[in-house]
Amino acid sequence: MHPLLIVFLVFGIPAGFALGWVFLRGSESLRRYILTRIALTLPMVLILISVVFFVLRVMPGDVVSSTLGPKASEETRQNIMEALGLDDPLIVQYFRFLGDVVTLDLGDSFIGARRPIVDELGERLPATLELIIPAAIIALGSGLLFGTYAAIRRKKPVDYSLRLYSVIIYSMPIFWLGLLLRLVFSVWLDWTPIAGRIDVVTNTTLERTTNLLFVDSILSGNWAALKSVLRHMILPAATLGLVLSGVFVRLTRINVIETLQEDYVLAARARGIRERIVTYSYALKNAMIPVVTVIGLQVAILLAGAVLTETVFNWPGMGRYLIERISARDFQAVQSTVAVFALFVALISLAVDVIYSVLDPRVKY
Amino acid sequence: MTEGSLYGERITLGEPPLKAGEILYSLRDVSVEYGTRAGPVAAVDHVSLDIRKGEILGLVGESGCGKSTLGKAMLRMISRPGRITTGELWFDGVDLVTLSERRMREIRGARLGMVFQDPMTSLNPLSRIVDHLTETIMTHEPSVSEAAARDRAAQLIGRLGLREERIDDYPHQFSGGMRQRIMIALALALQADLVIADEPTTALDVIVEAQFLDLLRELRDEFDLTIVLITHNIGVVAEVADRVAVMYAGRMAELASVNELFLDTKHPYGQGLLRAVPNIELDGTELYQMAGAPPNLLHTPSGCAFHPRCPAVMPICSQHQPEFLQREGDHYTACWLYQDHPVKPGVHDA
Ligand SMILES: Nc1ncnc2c1ncn2[C@@H]1O[C@H](COP(=O)(O)OP(=O)(O)O)[C@@H](O)[C@H]1O
Ligand SMILES: [Mg+2]
Repeated sequence: MHPLLIVFLVFGIPAGFALGWVFLRGSESLRRYILTRIALTLPMVLILISVVFFVLRVMPGDVVSSTLGPKASEETRQNIMEALGLDDPLIVQYFRFLGDVVTLDLGDSFIGARRPIVDELGERLPATLELIIPAAIIALGSGLLFGTYAAIRRKKPVDYSLRLYSVIIYSMPIFWLGLLLRLVFSVWLDWTPIAGRIDVVTNTTLERTTNLLFVDSILSGNWAALKSVLRHMILPAATLGLVLSGVFVRLTRINVIETLQEDYVLAARARGIRERIVTYSYALKNAMIPVVTVIGLQVAILLAGAVLTETVFNWPGMGRYLIERISARDFQAVQSTVAVFALFVALISLAVDVIYSVLDPRVKY
Repeated sequence: MTEGSLYGERITLGEPPLKAGEILYSLRDVSVEYGTRAGPVAAVDHVSLDIRKGEILGLVGESGCGKSTLGKAMLRMISRPGRITTGELWFDGVDLVTLSERRMREIRGARLGMVFQDPMTSLNPLSRIVDHLTETIMTHEPSVSEAAARDRAAQLIGRLGLREERIDDYPHQFSGGMRQRIMIALALALQADLVIADEPTTALDVIVEAQFLDLLRELRDEFDLTIVLITHNIGVVAEVADRVAVMYAGRMAELASVNELFLDTKHPYGQGLLRAVPNIELDGTELYQMAGAPPNLLHTPSGCAFHPRCPAVMPICSQHQPEFLQREGDHYTACWLYQDHPVKPGVHDA
């Protein structure tokens, strides 16, 4: 089975079950809302990939001059353009691309051995997922934890320190934080590897099925590989996750402070409800509603950050792939990668909306 | 209501059950201060008050006079920047001020309940009604099963005039009056002895208010409740209270049975309050408007805090604070008109 398909199943099946559960359990209006929301996802993705398609075509330069240089003869140039279908009218190319997307056969890349894009993405997408998922966990986890803690300790030294932390971390360029962390933990302390996803030697022992190395090493019971994968993962994921956590710390803090002053919190205390439950089940849960909204908005920033992080840590994911292929003017690869990104953002925002409507009983669909 | 049926074992702090009319809760010389940038605000100023088993005690006064603060202090729920600075809170043979936070928490909700002004914001919007009730029950009675707690919740909701199926609904699906009933249900979930209701009907319309007040009276009889009803509406007090405490500038001005108070008001502030109530029988006469503005508790006026607005002010009033003294029978007041003092002219001559 194709790794891309497996990856899709790994995430798609649980998500599908969750959605199905919400769908079946929800009210009639919730079901209609979810269906509408899914239907809206399609035009969203279509608009995005169309924009990318046309922007690519108006960019100066093409694949021939970027790979062969200006010395290529006009005849070679014509031959290559013809072979890649780049001499067809734009509208033909556009519909061919839409056809590629619909049939899930994204065509072949323009450069190198002209491998199928799905194969290239099959290697790159899992790497990116293995970066952004732990990063998102770090961002959200530390954001909620620190934010709540700062709110409870409002105006105490911990609160001031955490607020300072969130400002600094938020305004820190990913490049810079990545290099800094690497300098400290890889160069000075020598705790973590400098770059890459896995040791070269260990890599040869690992049997690949999903290309999610974390999953593969568990599936094959290769604990040495698992250890290597985790050691490689920690710095890039921390870099990306911490930069994103700044927003969540501030947002959680301010919302928990607000909800802690709500009447229902006072009323809960007057009923003798334990302070821990008041904080987490009353204040934090209510404060989560605006935070969830922002998660949807942060996904785009997460992907943009992934591109930078991959570059710093030499992480062979979609971000680096995208940069390489943009400079090579490999239109097929770029537009396909963006299509995958677009689908990803659309699915996350769908998930956020569904979570939101489940979390808050007051939501009107 | 027999013990052990709906409510299981009662936790008592040692005292035998009180009979109606005995003192259930006693505030002794209680003061609460809020530290503000401009200085300390004396929101409750040396208040002493006995609350009797089975009564509905109305607590009235202009807004800002410290009623809510006093109510919260009774549950020891004053939070920063506020602080109980003096006094004792005697309940069930214990001074609550001396209890640990943990023991205090066990009493809140189980023995002392509170209902707040705004029913629209007093319930967690993300939790169903049943969750509020079962959570409260199971916090105080950990041995009760979820199913049993749910049964009890449904029964209570039914008793308060809501359909039992509705316990699975969320707060936003109820009207203000219904939510205030739910708040009462929460206070009754463990059969609290004393419920402090802080302006519970202010946010309700007149008809719902009347129904709610009737319900309070019924519940008092049925559940053996004692109720402190905080309000700025003296009409509400006239309707349901047995006794009335009038507060002014964080201090007790007058305390009497409803009849006493309405027929023979002692304190000029109380007299003013009553004259300011719209009265259908007095149609044609102008509604009385009390002179002056409510006091600023940052700088409570010297002597009797009411003296700048008092129509019967005497020289002594701005110099010395009158004591809160028993006047006749059950009627207490803090006013120099009824008290003697060495520097007060006229009293000795008369
Ligand atoms: N959290 C607080 N911080 C500072 N001052 C407060 C606070 N809460 C109440 N006060 C002050 O205490 C006084 C009494 O307030 P409150 O008890 O709410 O009065 P009431 O319920 O009678 O309207 C008011 O002057 C108010 O300004
Ligand atoms: Mg108040």
